[in-house]
Parts: sequence; C-alpha cells; structure tokens
Amino acid sequence: MRTRWFTPWFYVIPALATLMFFLIYPSIHTLVISFFGPQSEKFVGLANYIYCFTNETMLTAFRNNLLWVALFVPMTVFLGLILAVILDRVRYESLVKSIIFMPMAISFVGAGVIWKFVYSYRPVGSEQIGILNAFLSYIGVQPIPWLIQRPWLNNICLIIVGIWIWTGFCLVILSASYKGIPRELLEAARVDGANEYRIFWKIILPLMKPTVAVVATTMLINVLKVFDIVYVMTNGGFATEVIANRMYKEMFIFRNYGRASAIAILLLLFIIPMIIINVQRFREQEAVR
Amino acid sequence: MKPKYSQFILSTPMHLFIILVAIIWVFPTVGLLITSFRPSSAVASTGWWTVLIHPFNFTQFTLENYQDVITKIGIGRAFINTLTITLPACILPIIIASFAAYAFAWMEFWGRRFFFMLFVGLLVVPLQMTLIPILRIFNKLGLSGSFLGIWLAHAGYGLPLVIYLMYNYISGLPSEIFESSTIDGATPFQIFKSIVLPLSVPAIASIAIFQFIWVWNDLLVALVYLGGTPDVAPLTVRISALVGSYGQNWELLTAAAFISMALPLIVFLSLQRYFVRGILAGSVKG
Repeated sequence: MRTRWFTPWFYVIPALATLMFFLIYPSIHTLVISFFGPQSEKFVGLANYIYCFTNETMLTAFRNNLLWVALFVPMTVFLGLILAVILDRVRYESLVKSIIFMPMAISFVGAGVIWKFVYSYRPVGSEQIGILNAFLSYIGVQPIPWLIQRPWLNNICLIIVGIWIWTGFCLVILSASYKGIPRELLEAARVDGANEYRIFWKIILPLMKPTVAVVATTMLINVLKVFDIVYVMTNGGFATEVIANRMYKEMFIFRNYGRASAIAILLLLFIIPMIIINVQRFREQEAVR
Repeated sequence: MKPKYSQFILSTPMHLFIILVAIIWVFPTVGLLITSFRPSSAVASTGWWTVLIHPFNFTQFTLENYQDVITKIGIGRAFINTLTITLPACILPIIIASFAAYAFAWMEFWGRRFFFMLFVGLLVVPLQMTLIPILRIFNKLGLSGSFLGIWLAHAGYGLPLVIYLMYNYISGLPSEIFESSTIDGATPFQIFKSIVLPLSVPAIASIAIFQFIWVWNDLLVALVYLGGTPDVAPLTVRISALVGSYGQNWELLTAAAFISMALPLIVFLSLQRYFVRGILAGSVKG
C-alpha cells in the first residue's frame, strides 16, 4: 500500500513509545544499576553478581530452578503429547480436554490455595483435612509435611502444581498439531504392520517436532520465571526459593536494587537464547510467506 | 477386523489412564469448591470428602463464608479493583497494537523490518528486567498505587504479544482489498477503520480473552506497582496476603479463591474456542 512517508509513523509511534518506555529503556537502566549499590548511589563493579553466585540462598534458588527445568518441562510436554495422541481416539475427548485445560483460567494464586489445601498437614493423631494425608492415614501410613520436607519433596510438590496448571496449554497446542497429520499416513503404516508404539516414535513424533520445540521453549521460559506458585505456597521457605521470588525479595524486602537488578539480568541471560530462537523462527515464517 | 470385545479390552487401560488423569485434574478444585460452602467448625474437624456421604443433606452447607470474605475481609472490594484494573488493561493494548500491526503489515516505511523484529524479540523479555526503573519513575510521577499506572504497565507488557498476534492476522488479509480500496480513493485510515478493524473482530476477540485472563490472574505486576493497600489491591494480591494471615482458616481462603476464579472460569467455559484460537496463534509470551 502506498502512503506518504510520514503516515505509517502515526500508526506505529504509540506502540514504539510504549515499548520504549516499558521495555527497552528499563532493561538498559536495570543493566546499569546492577553494577551499583543498594540505592544506586555507589559503583560496586561485579559485587552484585558475585553475591548471586556465592550467597547460599541464591545458589539454592538456582538449584531449584534447575530442578523445575528438569521436571516441569519434560513432564508438561510429555503428558501433553501422550494425552493429545490418546484423547484423539476417545469420544469424550473435548470434555477431558476442557478439564485439563481449565487450570489455565485459574490464577496461580488460586491454584496455590487449591493445592496448599491438598497438601495440608497436621501432626500425627489429629484428623487430616488434606486429602493426601487423609489417604495416608487411611492406609495406616504416617502423614507427611509435603511442603516442609526438604530438599526434594517440597520442591517436587510445588512443581506438580506447575504441571497441573500448564499441561492443558501443551495439550491444546500439541493436539492441534497432531490433528494436522494426515490420517492416511498413519493408516498406511498400520496396514504395513507397524504397531502403535512404532508409529508414535517413527511417524507422529518426527512430524510434530517443530511444535514440540515451540511448546518446550515456551515451558522453559515459563519455568525460568516461575514466581506466583512459590510466592503463595511457601514464599521460598524450607529451601524452595526460586530466582524470580528472590529478585522480588531483594527488591521489596531488603530494598537492595543493585542485587535485585543483577538477578534480573541473570534471568534475562538464561532467556536470551529463546529470544534468538523466536526471531529466527519468525524470519523463517516470513520467508515462507 | 478384530472383534469388538477384544478391542474394548485392549483399550481399557487407555480409558482408565484418561479417567485417572481427569480425576487428578478435577479433584483439587472440587475440594476447594465444597470447602468454601462448609461451616468453619466442620472444615477444621473433618475432610471435605465426608460431605459426599450424604451429598443431598444441604444443612451441611452454608453461604456464611462468602458473606464473611466479601464484607469482612475485603474480597468484595478486591473483586471490584480487579475488574477496574482488567478492563482498561485489555482495551488499551489492543487499540495501540491494532494501529501498529496494520502499519507493519501493509505500509512501507524505513526501519519496518527492524522495528518489527524488535517486537518479536521483546516477546519473551522477563518482566523482572523492567520493574525497578519503572517503579522509580512511577514513584516520581505519583503513579504507583494508582489504577492509571497499572493500566499503562499492563498495556506495555502485553503489547509485544498483542502486536504479534494482530500482525499475524492482519497480514493474512487478502491484498486485493487494499489495492482496490486505494484505487477507489480510500485513505489509509478509512481502510483501517471500515475494512481492517471489522474484518479483525475474530482475532480481536481471542486476543481480548487472552489478555483478560492474563491480567485478571496477574500477581507480580499488581504487587509491584499497586502494593497491598486495600483500596487498590486486586484479588490475587489480597488472597496471597490472606494465605499468610488466615493460613488455617480454609473455609475463608477457599471462598476467597473461588470468588477470584469464578469470572475467568465463566469466560473460559463460554468462550473456550476463542481462547484456544488465541493460544494457537501465538504460543509465546514474555
């Protein structure tokens, strides 16, 4: 479409200005103050970064984020994939899909309350009102303080909440991609005598690879920034700290803007590969067009 | 062809697996819902599943928890705050983004590719990168703790994704529309107003739902820019504070949580198709 040279700018300047103010300028500013002291009054060099990699709680947070990556990403993608394939064969597909997708509509705070109640723990001898511990008491096992038992159990319990929320998201995208595979292809393989297991690994998975990659990167980004679940359920207590919650605490509780900024920069560094992947994918998409 | 019954036996484990997954997904929420209707003494002494022994004995249910959370601990106020935050925070970025996406898709200008790549790159920049500098500016301008501040913040943070989605849709419109309208003498703005926007309604609908659920459920942005002051704090901030102070009063926590979930669940259940379309169109969010 031909326009006068200045016309397009009327359309894009509000967006560019908003972006400049809310994303670009603050990101640069954050980088600068990450080299300064708590109230940005004194240059401290790399001290804030050194703190990030030596402070014990920070190291716990890194470890926990790694645990989130290692469990949450494969579990959400895997469950989403399996469910996408098997739900396609049952008549009540849309009902189950809605059920699994539903937590996406609930806030992480709401989900935190829901699951805190599931994990609720009372000392031995008193009536358990959390369903997990009630079940344990029923079969004669001692109740477990799910959210307190460190270092693995409580983190895994939090990760389960994340999986509960995000699996539906993966399922919806993967299911759409699965339904895009021509049925004749699968039928042909069946006629040739391939079993379902082989079909899954040799045909379905290779064809869905691009979508699986998109879903996995999205989950990876989510997990690096995980905040709400931990903030609501344990607030990082009992060695469940994560990077984003740590940043929030440095910012609001300890009022150390230098350290908080350094943590934010590290978070960005972990995510930069995803930004590059995003831009590249978009370029390819544009080239096809 | 295999006989029907052996097929049934073969598929039984699959059905059992699906049903098990569905139960795991639905049970926690059912527990929350039931608990929110039980009197506090009952909640503290027995598990919520015990009501299922006499499911039709309605004397074991009460609305008192809802009355209490709405009037006494400020969830009613928080609900209104969330609503006040959410609606403009949905509309604002969509307006800004529609204009920009239209220009990016159909106009030629210097730096078009560069600026668009910038938006795509910014899709996944973590919010955390921006919190401190913006909070400082907001403090100076007196915008922290105000609805105006959080509307702008949500507009800014939502913008890259909304532009990306709008661009994908608008750039897919047939180019003949633009050619013939230009020949007929329509100005770019006329084309935008009377052709592009009406044609984009389906995309706008799914993006609006997406942004609605995103903003409604947001905790971090509200926590940082609004703080916990009761007259502005939204549901998410209020409820996460309650978890600390009313940690063992499950009847209150569950009622409050259910109030926060009700509207997005209704939106979700009635407009699920649009929501899914939004997710499929852009499965990347910063």
